[in-house]
Amino acid sequence: MSDAVISFRNFGFQYYSQSEPTLFDINLEIRRGEKVLIAGPSGCGKSTIGHCINGLIPNRYRGTITGELIIDGINTKNASLFDLSHKVGTVLQDSDGQFIGLTVGEDIAFALENDNVPLAEMQKKVSAIAKLVNMENHVSNNPHDLSGGQKQRCSMAGVMVDDVPILLFDEPLANLDPATGRTAIELIDALADEGKTVIIIEHRIEDVLHRHVDRIILVDEGRIIADCTPDHLLAEDLLTKHGIREPLYLTACRYADCRITEDMHPSSLSGFDVSSCRERLISWHEKNRHPAEEQEKKLLLNVDHVKFSYDGVVPVLQDISLNVYEGEMLSIVGKNGGGKSTLASVITGFQQNDAGTVTCEGKDLSQFSVSERAEYVGIVLQNPNQMISKTLIFDEIAFGLRVRGIPEAEVEKRVLEVMKVCGLSEFRKWPISALSYGQKKRVTIASILVLNPKILILDEPTAGQDYRHYSEIMEFLQELNKNGQTIILITHDMHLMLEYTKRAVVLCDGRILADEKAYEVLCDLPLTEKANLKETSLFELAEKAGIRDPLSFVETFIEYDRRYRSNEA
Amino acid sequence: MKLKLFSYNQLDTPIHRLSGFTKLVCFLFLTSAVMFTYDIRCILAITVMSYICMNVAKIRFSQVRLMFIYVLIFLATNFVLTFLFSPKYGVEIYGTEHDIFTIFGNYTLTQEQLFYQITKFSKYLSVIPLGMIFFLTTNPSEFASSLNGVGINYKACTSLSLTLRYFPDVSADYNAIKLAQQARGLDMSKKASVMSRLKNISAILAPLIFTTMDRIELISNAMDLRGFGKQKTRTWYARKPLTKADWLSMGVCLIILLAVMYVRFFVNRSFYYNPFI
Repeated sequence: MSDAVISFRNFGFQYYSQSEPTLFDINLEIRRGEKVLIAGPSGCGKSTIGHCINGLIPNRYRGTITGELIIDGINTKNASLFDLSHKVGTVLQDSDGQFIGLTVGEDIAFALENDNVPLAEMQKKVSAIAKLVNMENHVSNNPHDLSGGQKQRCSMAGVMVDDVPILLFDEPLANLDPATGRTAIELIDALADEGKTVIIIEHRIEDVLHRHVDRIILVDEGRIIADCTPDHLLAEDLLTKHGIREPLYLTACRYADCRITEDMHPSSLSGFDVSSCRERLISWHEKNRHPAEEQEKKLLLNVDHVKFSYDGVVPVLQDISLNVYEGEMLSIVGKNGGGKSTLASVITGFQQNDAGTVTCEGKDLSQFSVSERAEYVGIVLQNPNQMISKTLIFDEIAFGLRVRGIPEAEVEKRVLEVMKVCGLSEFRKWPISALSYGQKKRVTIASILVLNPKILILDEPTAGQDYRHYSEIMEFLQELNKNGQTIILITHDMHLMLEYTKRAVVLCDGRILADEKAYEVLCDLPLTEKANLKETSLFELAEKAGIRDPLSFVETFIEYDRRYRSNEA
Repeated sequence: MKLKLFSYNQLDTPIHRLSGFTKLVCFLFLTSAVMFTYDIRCILAITVMSYICMNVAKIRFSQVRLMFIYVLIFLATNFVLTFLFSPKYGVEIYGTEHDIFTIFGNYTLTQEQLFYQITKFSKYLSVIPLGMIFFLTTNPSEFASSLNGVGINYKACTSLSLTLRYFPDVSADYNAIKLAQQARGLDMSKKASVMSRLKNISAILAPLIFTTMDRIELISNAMDLRGFGKQKTRTWYARKPLTKADWLSMGVCLIILLAVMYVRFFVNRSFYYNPFI
């Protein structure tokens, strides 16, 4: 095709550091002005494809290239990063880490500075671009003081200022709360409408499909599995087979035994023709609904009228009261920067609350030091690299016990026990560096569990994980919970909250907006809007199919899905 | 606006408005002036001036308290040690001896020694605020641009400004890691012995190094992808052309330096100012 702006021809790539190629025999053409989604599980090679397009391969990550890749007439084999930087603009995953400038304006100008654009012209261009992404009032702000959505706008502006024809988004939804993610997708869509070629690398299909994409390219194990329209792909059962989550409303339809075809337009719920499914959905709902049983609960942790502020001026937590019961697994959700992590720091004693009390089993925790509190509350940080300090798994898990001066014989006994619980026994003698991200996460969880905390708090346990790893981590946590471990999850992943936790606490601007059943939160439109969450598509499906009690439909789905998955496992 | 500890704060004061280059030059002029003399009158004048500047720059004491405490501990130790090692140095310099009282044996406190040590003390004390003003009021990017303006390689300038910029981030990482390790039982309080505390630090440093490496890889990819290093030169968005105020400040500082030199060579005719003859 003559208007192909990116064409992979029998392309393969192997990193020098790896024994096997990461990409095999890729044949792919992307036309000018197209909007394409590249999806696949972690480690499938989708990020490597991204690196090939923006030139990080072979300039920064070395390896062997077979076949060829032509980008807008340039063969990337001999192209420098700079040749490609005029063709491809990349928005990296972590918008926080990629800011170079101290102010929004300076960050946007970075590419211009490198091109020796004179100051006056630079200022003109920056203010024009800032206006385009609605950031004109923030040009002199520090990018780190912006909200999640503004950060996205800022990094997009920094890429667009160079007027590149191709825009590449590497997992734009990671680290964003659901509502911000949705606006990010809308913004990307607006750019595509201006004639840019847009490539999105992402595994959250349902969220990306909030706006139309022309094609989905499904990648697994270094090969292209499918290259077709979203409707076509979703009608087949390919996604789940390759470790990617299909939109929830489609899972519900499949549970109800509905046949999904391409001409029903399954790629977006608003265009989805649900008429042929209605009967089956209603009868499935009637057959499977049953009232949930309430259990006797014993109070474990009590947070009572807690207030906190970092600087004494801006309150971060305002009058938070919360009960956590023994054996519970609950989620704390809400806007980025709404106080979720701060609440965790107050409970663990990393920060001292200004007012109110935190008690566990009736004991006021303020009398204990941070390390003494660890016997009541243990926290697992989001990034496992922030916790791992030893080279061997055994030593890492034993660390907390050894510094407490516990005799080595008991240390060994307890560590081996925890390793067994966490499924790490076979790795006993392994160095940590040989583990995958999910396994590292397990090590950090094990290193906290070994201290026997009454409550385990996890900060974004599945951030950046694909469906397969996500399920692996969450099934593990659920198993722990079944054995009686009380767990608090801090998250903005709506699936996680819906599927794994019965109760959800919604925190917004330092206040608790709601404390109710997880599915109730996600069916409450005003509440989800206020807290930057997103209504679940199941609710919309139920309404669309004319089910009389949509809330109960969602509940039934969650229960059914839990049973279904535990039978699978 | 939230004021951050130990990092550049974006405020609008006459001192913040000066170019980073000007502040560097003024800093060098004034510190050399202090280095060039042991005349307490000159030193005190510069000290007073630098504290006034700190006030103008709206630097709050709470921001710099920790640094001050460390400096004072250092100076106090230095003060005592100077006396212990050479109790008669003041007498040697000034050539007279006015005893105050004898502590023990050879250690007699003299007016000369006291005067010498106080002068030395105030020398250090006058330089500290100058450094703090420079550090806390200079926009790292703008500073990089002015260094590049005087002919220093822009890559070196950028890495300097990135270092200054990432200092707060790395220290935030350090705190997060430290707390997480403390929660696992690591005792970093005074209850633990010095040896075990030193050993414990490795439990914080190892993760810190890994997270910092991740940060560096990310930022250098981000920079490369946006064409950093493409040309031999680059322009700077944060560039501030030197204004009248800049030239005036540099002029004033140069005059101060020259005045101090004048006092040293033509008034005192010595490194020291001698009130004893």
